[in-house]
Amino acid sequence: MWLLLKYTLLYAAVLTLVALGGMFSERSGVINIALEGIMVVGGLMGVVTINLLNAWGVPAFLGVIIAVLSSALAGLLYSSLLAFSAINLKADQTIGGTALNLLATALAMVIAKRINGSDSPKIVYSTNSNKVFNSANFSFRVGPLTLNWFLLVTVLVLIAAWFILYRSRFGMRLMACGEHPQAADSVGINVYKMRWAGVLMSGALGGIGGMAYIVPAVGEWNFEMGVAGMGFLALAVMIFGQWKPLNIAAAALFFAVFRAMANIYDSFGFLARLGWPKEIYNMMPFVASMVVLAFTSKSSRAPKAEGIPYDKGSR
Amino acid sequence: MAKKNKSPRLSGAPTGLASLLASLVCVLAGLAFGFVVLLILGGITMSQSGEEFTFGHLLATTWEQGFKPIVQGGFYSKANMMGMAVRMEILQAAPLIMTGLSVAFAYKTGLFNIGAAGQYTVGAFLALYCAIVLKMPWWVCLIASGLGGAVWGAIPGIFKAYLNVNEVITAIMFNWIGLYAVNPLIYQGGNGPMFNLKTTKTFTLKESAPQALLPTFNVNVGGKGYFGKLFMPTIGIFIAIGIAVLIWVVINKTTFGYQLKACGFNKNAARYAGINEKTNIVLSMTIAGALAGIGAGLFYLSGSKEWEPLVSTILPAVGFNGISVALLASSNPIGCVFSAIFISHITVGGGFMTAKLFPSEVSDIISGVVIYLCAFSMLFRGKILKLFNRKSGTQRKGDKA
Repeated sequence: MWLLLKYTLLYAAVLTLVALGGMFSERSGVINIALEGIMVVGGLMGVVTINLLNAWGVPAFLGVIIAVLSSALAGLLYSSLLAFSAINLKADQTIGGTALNLLATALAMVIAKRINGSDSPKIVYSTNSNKVFNSANFSFRVGPLTLNWFLLVTVLVLIAAWFILYRSRFGMRLMACGEHPQAADSVGINVYKMRWAGVLMSGALGGIGGMAYIVPAVGEWNFEMGVAGMGFLALAVMIFGQWKPLNIAAAALFFAVFRAMANIYDSFGFLARLGWPKEIYNMMPFVASMVVLAFTSKSSRAPKAEGIPYDKGSR
Repeated sequence: MAKKNKSPRLSGAPTGLASLLASLVCVLAGLAFGFVVLLILGGITMSQSGEEFTFGHLLATTWEQGFKPIVQGGFYSKANMMGMAVRMEILQAAPLIMTGLSVAFAYKTGLFNIGAAGQYTVGAFLALYCAIVLKMPWWVCLIASGLGGAVWGAIPGIFKAYLNVNEVITAIMFNWIGLYAVNPLIYQGGNGPMFNLKTTKTFTLKESAPQALLPTFNVNVGGKGYFGKLFMPTIGIFIAIGIAVLIWVVINKTTFGYQLKACGFNKNAARYAGINEKTNIVLSMTIAGALAGIGAGLFYLSGSKEWEPLVSTILPAVGFNGISVALLASSNPIGCVFSAIFISHITVGGGFMTAKLFPSEVSDIISGVVIYLCAFSMLFRGKILKLFNRKSGTQRKGDKA
C-alpha cells in the first residue's frame, strides 16, 4: 500500500507540474500540445546535466538544484519555438505543437546516441560512482514513506500558481488575453507579451515535469519512447481540472492512481492473481481520461480565445 | 481544447503553384537544417577522436557519409544492390501515402487526425489476424485492415460530434489504447496463435500465410528485371496511388466531398444549408481511419516485416509522419503521393549514413523541421503570392502602355 501511495504521489507531482504549465499557456490563449516534447527535452537536459555535474565533482545538493534549473531552462527555450510560431507567425498551434513533439524525440535520440557514441538511445545516470544522482539526494523520508523532492517543488509551484493566477495583476491580465484578447489590448495590455509569458511558463514547468518523470523512475532512460504519453495525459488532467490550479491537482491525483497501478500491480495479491497483462494497466489512465472527458466535456469551460492567433488588425 | 481553432489553411483553396513553392521552400530549409546538424555531429565526433582535421575535410566527410545518402535515398549506389534500397523506399512510401491521405482527408473537414498511428496499429492487427489465423486472401486482409482503422477513426469522430471532446485529445488517447490492446492480443502470454515464440514476432507471412502476400511486380530495364528475385516490390504502391486519385475525386468532384469541405469551412453555414455536420464529422473521421488502416495492411501484407509485440512499445512513426506528408502536400491527395515518397526517401537514406558518425534519426529531425516550417508556410505562401501579384501587376501596366 505504501508503494502505491509512493508512486501515486510521484506521478501526481509530474502530472500537476506539467498540467499547470499547460494551464498557464492555455489561459493566455495558446494551445500547448507540445508538452510531451517539452518534457522529453527537459528530461534529457536534466539527465545530461546530472552526468556532467558528476564528472565535474559538484556537491550533491547543489547538483540537484542546478540539474532541475537546467531542465526548466531547456523546456523554456524549447517552448519558445512554439511561442514564436504560434504568436508571432500566427501559425496553427496544433500543428506547430505536433511538429515540436516529433522533433523532440528525434533530437533526444540523436543526442543520446551521440553521447553514448553507439547505437543505443539509452542514457544511464544511476551508477554507484554517480555522486549527484543517488536516490537519497532526490528523496526524503516521512515515516515508512520515501518521498521525492519533486513533490515538495510541486506543492510550492501549486501554491504559487494559485496566487499568480487569482491574486496578481499578471494573472488577471493573462486570463484576459485568453478570454478576450481584443478587450485586453484595448485597455493597454500587450497581448503578445502576455502570451509569450504563458507559453514560456509552460515550457519551464514542462521541463521540470519531464525530469521529475524520468529521474526518480529507474537508473537509465531509453529516449526512444520519449515520455510515453505523459504529456498528453497532463493535457487531459488540465481539461478535467477545468484550467483551475486546485482542480488540476485533484485531477492529477486521480489519474496518478491509475498510472501507479501499472508499476506495482504485481505486488498486489489479488491483482496479480487476475493474471492480466501489464498493458491493461498501462492502458487504464488513457481509458479513464476518455471516460471522464466524455462526461465532463459538455459543460467544459475552456478559455474562449484559446487556439486563435491574435491579430491586432482583425476585428 | 474544447473549442475548434479556425485554421487559416482551411479557408479558401490556396493557389496550387504558390503552395507547391511554399512546400519546396520548407523542404529546402529542412534539408539545409539537416546538413548543419550533420556538420555539427561530424565535427564533434572527429574532434573527439583526436585526429587533426580541416574544415574542408569535415565538409567532405559530412557530404560523403551523411548528406549524400539522405539526398540520394533508395538510389544511394552503395546500398542499392539489385534494387533492394529502391524497393525499401517504395515499400515504405505506400503506407506513408495512406496515413498522409488519412490526415489530409480529415483536414478537409476541419479535423486534425493525429490518431493515424493508432488506426494504423489496429489495422495492422486485423490484417495479420485475417492473414495468419483465418488464412484469407490478401484483398480480404486489406479490407479488414481498413475496417479496423475505420472503427478506431470513428471513435474520435463520435466523441467530437456528440460529446464535444476535441478530436486531438481523443485520438491521442486512443493511439495508446490501441497499442496497449494490440500487443497483448498478439502475444497472449506467448500463446497467441499469431505469435512465434522462436522469433518473438508474429509468424512470417511467407511461411504461414503465403496467400495473403500482396502480388509483386518488376520493372524491365535493359532486358532484365531492375529488382532482384528476392527484392521485388509489391503492388501496394499502385494501390496507394489509386486510392489517392479516388480521394481526390471524392473531395473535388462529388456532393459528399463538397459537404465535407463545407463543414470544414464553416460549420454553422453548412448546417444552415441543410448539411448534417455531426454525421459528416463522424464519416470524415471514419474514412480517415480506414485510410490509415489500409496503410498498415499494405505494409504488413508485403511480408517484409513482422509485428513485434514485445518491443513495439512506441507508436508506429508512420502514423505521425503522415502528418508531415499531409502538411507538405497542403492536404492535396495527389500531393500526398509526392510528399510521402520524399519522406520515405530521406528516411531510407538516413539509414545508410555511417552510423558511427551520424545517427539515422537525423532524417526524423529533418521531417520534424519541415512540419514546423509548414505550420507557418502560410506566411511563405502569402509572400510568394505577393511576389506573383506584383509581377503580373507590372505586366498589366505594361499592356496598357
